Amino acid sequence: MLVPILKQGDFLIATIQSALTDDDLLRLRDDLAEQVGRYRSRGVIVDVTVLDVMDSFAARTLRALAHMVGLRGARTVIVGIQPEVAFAMVQLGLTLGDVETALDLEEGLELLHKRTKRSASRGR
Amino acid sequence: MRSNEGRLTDSAVQPSSESTSGLLQELVAHLRENRTQLREDWARRITESRLLTAMTREEIFAEATAVYDNYVTVLETGSVEALEAYARDLSERIIPRGVEVHELLGIVLLLRDVLARSLFVKYQSKLPLLSRVLDVYEPAANGIATTVAVGFVQERERIIRQQQEAIRELSTPVLQVRERLLILPIIGVIDPQRARQITEQLLRGIRANRAKVVVIDITGVPTVDSTVANHMVQTVDASRLMGATVIVTGLSSEIAQTLVTIGVDLSRMRTVGDLQGGIEEAERLLGYKVIREETGEEPEEEPEATI
Repeated sequence: MLVPILKQGDFLIATIQSALTDDDLLRLRDDLAEQVGRYRSRGVIVDVTVLDVMDSFAARTLRALAHMVGLRGARTVIVGIQPEVAFAMVQLGLTLGDVETALDLEEGLELLHKRTKRSASRGR
Repeated sequence: MRSNEGRLTDSAVQPSSESTSGLLQELVAHLRENRTQLREDWARRITESRLLTAMTREEIFAEATAVYDNYVTVLETGSVEALEAYARDLSERIIPRGVEVHELLGIVLLLRDVLARSLFVKYQSKLPLLSRVLDVYEPAANGIATTVAVGFVQERERIIRQQQEAIRELSTPVLQVRERLLILPIIGVIDPQRARQITEQLLRGIRANRAKVVVIDITGVPTVDSTVANHMVQTVDASRLMGATVIVTGLSSEIAQTLVTIGVDLSRMRTVGDLQGGIEEAERLLGYKVIREETGEEPEEEPEATI
């Protein structure tokens, strides 16, 4: 199942619609890394609200995604991890490393706005 | 009757099941006949032994009557179901009044002794028959004592479980003090089950209140072991996955020492000395600024209104 990637101003939003296979995840990772460059985006949001399981491959792929996007000059925020999923992840010892997370899409956008504004003013 | 007894004594070496049930019938008839006398003996001995001091003489007599009748019924039918129900019911009534296990067990054993004695008196001239009667009576009587005691203990355990549930429910409130700021005061010992429950409540609270910062205050927690400490780290990680920052406050020096000694990795945990400091830190993270209003005239009365 293809994950739609929407361009919203400076940001890209990828909302996962249903459970993904490993290949779908890899494709999402590659598509996002590619489109960040094409649209000169400053931030990426991956919405995982509908996922009710997060296995080690998904966690690793999301980490890799964030690093790749970071190398291409944009920030990544994972949003919408459900309480049960979060609890299961820490019990299994899965982490997202230093990838930023937010409660939902709205929070994620706010976080990105704050982060990109700060880095822009630092750049000047 | 006489011929019947004679036959029973003759076949005493090899009791058939038929003669056993015959003996039981005779036993029950005897107990029914002497109901008033035996019941009074029993109630008197309960009072003498200073059992059931929490209950009045009339209450003891009323319960004694009910137990006696149940006892005889069980001896007669061999079915303990009615007795089990009665034991539960009785326990429900007397446990809140402070009746202990030894008291209940004591009175049931007293009844057994009173009845056994009356059997001794009745059959004292016919020793082989007495021993046959006791063979029938004893297992039944012991079974009854066990049933009543088990019923009592089960009822107590049920009450304890109920109270544990109630304490658990009460003990982990998740409170919102500001928009996007939750506090979670934990009081009392944390066992793994409670730790899990706290985590679940917190994560649900984060979603429901759209919290960004959570202050967990453990001032009221006397000790922490490695399991609980690791669980706290997990809670912090899980909250972070949901986009919330956790601040832990109120670590006592004992707990701090324990955590350092057992080597729990707390580097991912943000800690502040006390709850006040934690809330101030949280407000700073959320961009709140608490300003004390200066009126010039009555500065003492104002701070309440501003906070």
